[in-house]
Amino acid sequence: MATTHAAHHDDHSHADPTGWRRYVYSTNHKDIGTMYLWFAIISGVLGGLLSVFMRIELQEPGIQIFHGLAQIVYGVPEAAAIDNGKHMYNVFVTGHALLMIFFMVMPAMIGGFGNWFVPLMIGAPDMAFPRMNNISFWLLVPAVSLLLISMFVEGPSGMMGVGGGWTIYPPLSTTGQPGPAMDFAILALHLAGASSILGAINFITTIFNMRAPGMTLHKMPLFVWAILVTVFLLLLSLPVLAGAITMLLTDRNFGTSFFEASSGGDPMLFQHLFWFFGHPEVYILILPGFGIISQIVSTFSKKPVFGYLGMAYAMVAIGVVGFIVWAHHMYTVGMDADTQAYFIAATMIIAVPTGVKIFSWIATMWGGSIEFKAPMVWAIGFIFLFTVGGVTGVVLANAGVDRSLHDTYYVVAHFHYVLSLGAVFAIFAGWYYWFPKMYGYMYSERIAHLHFWVTFVGVNLVFFPQHFLGLAGMPRRYVDYPEVFAGWNFVSSMGSYLSAFGVLIFLYGVFSAFARKVPAGDNPWGEYAATLEWTLPSPPPFHQFNTLPVIK
Amino acid sequence: MTKSNNRMMAATLVGALALAAPAAWAAAGQPVPWQMNLQDPVTPVAEFIDWFIDYLHIGMFLISGFVLALLIYVMVKFNAKANPVPSKTTHHVGIEIAWTVIPILILVAIAIPSFRLLYLQRNIPTADITIKAIGNPGWNWTYEYPDLGVDSEGAAKVSFTASVLPEDKAKAESRPYLLAADTPVIVPVNKIVKMIITSDPAGIIHAWTIPSFGMKIDAIPGRLNEDWFQATQEGIYYGQCSELCGKNHAFMPIEVHVVSDADYNAWAEKVKTAGIEEATKFIAELQATKARQKLASN
Repeated sequence: MATTHAAHHDDHSHADPTGWRRYVYSTNHKDIGTMYLWFAIISGVLGGLLSVFMRIELQEPGIQIFHGLAQIVYGVPEAAAIDNGKHMYNVFVTGHALLMIFFMVMPAMIGGFGNWFVPLMIGAPDMAFPRMNNISFWLLVPAVSLLLISMFVEGPSGMMGVGGGWTIYPPLSTTGQPGPAMDFAILALHLAGASSILGAINFITTIFNMRAPGMTLHKMPLFVWAILVTVFLLLLSLPVLAGAITMLLTDRNFGTSFFEASSGGDPMLFQHLFWFFGHPEVYILILPGFGIISQIVSTFSKKPVFGYLGMAYAMVAIGVVGFIVWAHHMYTVGMDADTQAYFIAATMIIAVPTGVKIFSWIATMWGGSIEFKAPMVWAIGFIFLFTVGGVTGVVLANAGVDRSLHDTYYVVAHFHYVLSLGAVFAIFAGWYYWFPKMYGYMYSERIAHLHFWVTFVGVNLVFFPQHFLGLAGMPRRYVDYPEVFAGWNFVSSMGSYLSAFGVLIFLYGVFSAFARKVPAGDNPWGEYAATLEWTLPSPPPFHQFNTLPVIK
Repeated sequence: MTKSNNRMMAATLVGALALAAPAAWAAAGQPVPWQMNLQDPVTPVAEFIDWFIDYLHIGMFLISGFVLALLIYVMVKFNAKANPVPSKTTHHVGIEIAWTVIPILILVAIAIPSFRLLYLQRNIPTADITIKAIGNPGWNWTYEYPDLGVDSEGAAKVSFTASVLPEDKAKAESRPYLLAADTPVIVPVNKIVKMIITSDPAGIIHAWTIPSFGMKIDAIPGRLNEDWFQATQEGIYYGQCSELCGKNHAFMPIEVHVVSDADYNAWAEKVKTAGIEEATKFIAELQATKARQKLASN
């Protein structure tokens, strides 16, 4: 490593690139991490906007705005406005999911915080493959562009965009939407997938080979453990998605019939392949959050993490078991009873390591001297809301009960509790934890707390009533619903507007931190922020650890 | 979240509603405003689900409450003011074993009824009547009654298509828009009905469900799925397509009328001799008469 590093410096005569070159040509993990984070913020705002439009639509029964939107955005004639509006709603559902999963949570957690802090925490000068790191990020830009373009090209005949949900089940995604929009979306996923696979290889190599002397695997910070497990899941699951969507692509364009029942294919095959990727994917979204929360809870409780090994191997267990539970997303496809019984048992097992994590966080706080700084407040919010999302997951694991709840709003509530209130809370916790390190400025604690409370109330208003809607039988992905569901939908929409206001507070907080320029100091959190990034200046130098730190 | 709360809430709401709408078939078979729990169960499977989900929700409520209580406790007891000097404890084998073993026991307590429910659902008993439902690309359902006779090619003689009841018509007939279909499926009460569910070979995936029956199964091109129900209460039951199927996903409702044996036979006779439209009118009139009688006797 030392030699490559030296060679690299000789080539560029020690000049750090400036201006646009600094970012476009960047091989620096911190600059790339920063780009990932801002990319995630932009995608998050876009995806959030889509969801607010959906909630405006669902605020009352009847079709409220989408026929108008279709006329404004696509210029469709009035006669076709209702039909186009209905499809456009599905396009928004699909776009919201894909943006949030592939272009917000993943870039923020893995590309953003992972890039920034894995090398710093293990005492490495940079990632193992800095140029590959560059291409990992820059593949995301064409990927998201293709996804956005797909919203403006034909999907079903006469209509724009992909309305197949993020699951893009055939035949809805093949014969159901013959236009090129689906091809754009598939290629967007291909590029995002390639980006993630390259990133995964980079992280695995970095973590296995570039730890500072003395930094054994069992001394690694839990955030690094979390990223390590996550990138293994990525490396093993994404190729399956790539295969599945390639088969979809050839079914659509080159006359194959992998998923075409009338020519001997099986639509079910796609669902199995998709969820073999899709289930690990949901752990990919949450595992880095587990790592972030562990660092924060320990720092602000002023105690080392309780049960470190248990915490690390709980994540490994969640990752391993996560690969063998996929068909619990498919209880209603008509699987054999014994198969369903297996998937019930396997799925419920995941509750055990997850419980270990929840209780270990609380045990870390137990006996501590807790300071309620912004990152800690978000972390405590995470622990409770993730628990709520987790227990409804145990309910849904039971195939017999899922029979009633499958594809209803109960499921929507469940996965938003673990993702929108779990993963996203973890991202904000991480942002407030590491912002002083990344930018050298302290944000306003008051704004950060206000952001937390508005978001906490907002998202609970959005998603808690959705449990009731699901139990009452309201199916998901519905542009219009029977009048009886109006009450809770109204509450949910109000919560959505409040949450959107929370995003504005967040953006204002970021703006004010950069405007006020209050220096944060090397380590604003005290001696229990004991990982290596806090030994460096804030922001860290362009290249760090020219002399490797030695961990005793 | 518990049932008693919900029942109380539902009762108040239904009471308030009953003043406004003279619906003879009130709550059963369809949701009510501000509903917080499952629709009333009318099959053995749905009753099991109804019990089991309450059992689960009570457990989950206690677990979430326990975690919340612990969080509040540590926040009060171990904040920087109350406890300025943090402890150094990072291990406790006993408690780590406890929080691994106790959740396993809880999961076993969940798994036992869960498997019983699963096998009750999926071991399909001998059918009294069989109905085939086909999801169509035009966002409606075709129903076939092979028991009521098949032609020389094996196709069911009684076959009809049910689409969403248009909004103006639903309003005029005071039936729930987006739940009501223009042609209901008629089944006899207390009989085991086997549903064969599929989708048009050129179509896409839909899902057939009636929440009150605790039944939901995907309609997949090229695949015959089967499921069953045994409705124990006469009434009108509604469901909605439950697998994303394109622009009119929200507009392909399912309506099932559970009627007495005699009414079912009369309907079957009518549909064979006079066609589905006459039979649908016949059953609607029959139900209107019964509703008037019920109102009069009250």
